[in-house]
Amino acid sequence: MDHDEDLSRPPSVDVNCSEAVHVLYHFLDGELTPERKLLIEYHLDACYPCLEAFEFEVELRELIKQRCQEQVPDELRLRIKELLASEACTPGTKGGEGTFPPA
Amino acid sequence: MADQATFAEQAMEHMPSLYAAAMRMTRNRSDAEDLVQETYLKAYRAFGSFQEGTNLRAWLYRILTNTFINIYRAKKRRPEESDLDEVEDLYLYRRLGALEAAHAGRSAEDEVLDTFTEVEVKESIEALPAQFRMAVLLADVEGFQYKEIAEILDVPIGTVMSRLHRGRKALQKSLFEFGLQRRLVDHPVAQP
Repeated sequence: MDHDEDLSRPPSVDVNCSEAVHVLYHFLDGELTPERKLLIEYHLDACYPCLEAFEFEVELRELIKQRCQEQVPDELRLRIKELLASEACTPGTKGGEGTFPPA
Repeated sequence: MADQATFAEQAMEHMPSLYAAAMRMTRNRSDAEDLVQETYLKAYRAFGSFQEGTNLRAWLYRILTNTFINIYRAKKRRPEESDLDEVEDLYLYRRLGALEAAHAGRSAEDEVLDTFTEVEVKESIEALPAQFRMAVLLADVEGFQYKEIAEILDVPIGTVMSRLHRGRKALQKSLFEFGLQRRLVDHPVAQP
């Protein structure tokens, strides 16, 4: 499957399911031209199975995003602040005369 | 020319997402912390060359990924390209639907999605070869556009699209295998 090449091919007037699924990721990534995006939206309005599949992919992406959140350990944040503060105070460093803002 | 004194107020807010990306890249906390620390240090030192008003987040991610590639890519494994090419469209959607239908009662595919744990999702991502993993992280976790990802990874947009496409499919396959394993243990399919 060559997705890169498909984006330059003019879209058919009525998008069928196979074509819609083919550009699914480009659609969800917001990387289709406004014209192609509209054609896909028309298809989704008319085709419930494709709409369900697309919505699943949206949910999946949300899941991935949510489950991959991390809390920054306090000691890491502190260590970095201190590290940058000592960088700022080192004579001869670029910006060495500037002050590093306190927490 | 950006002023280093303002670095903190501009850059520190990105630490949670940089740290999350570092965790998925390095796959362990200690290396992730070192990677983030190194990234901030480099970013601070180079901040004078950063163009104010341009995309700071993408600039920080560029430093993060370059640092990761330079320091941690000691083991270069070739991605299993033939495996990745065989994964069909809507892989997970089709299989979750079929899996539910095999048990008594049918739940919606997206309800099934909710049952995926943090560990399962993180391990699925971390199982991807590094190149695909980074593309998927940048697009699906961080929400960067193709063009931004191309700049961050310093590759053509076509390469971004290819890695994303194949990486996402590999991820779906991974998720299915984790999910299937757990479900077969919890609810063994009755033998006819």
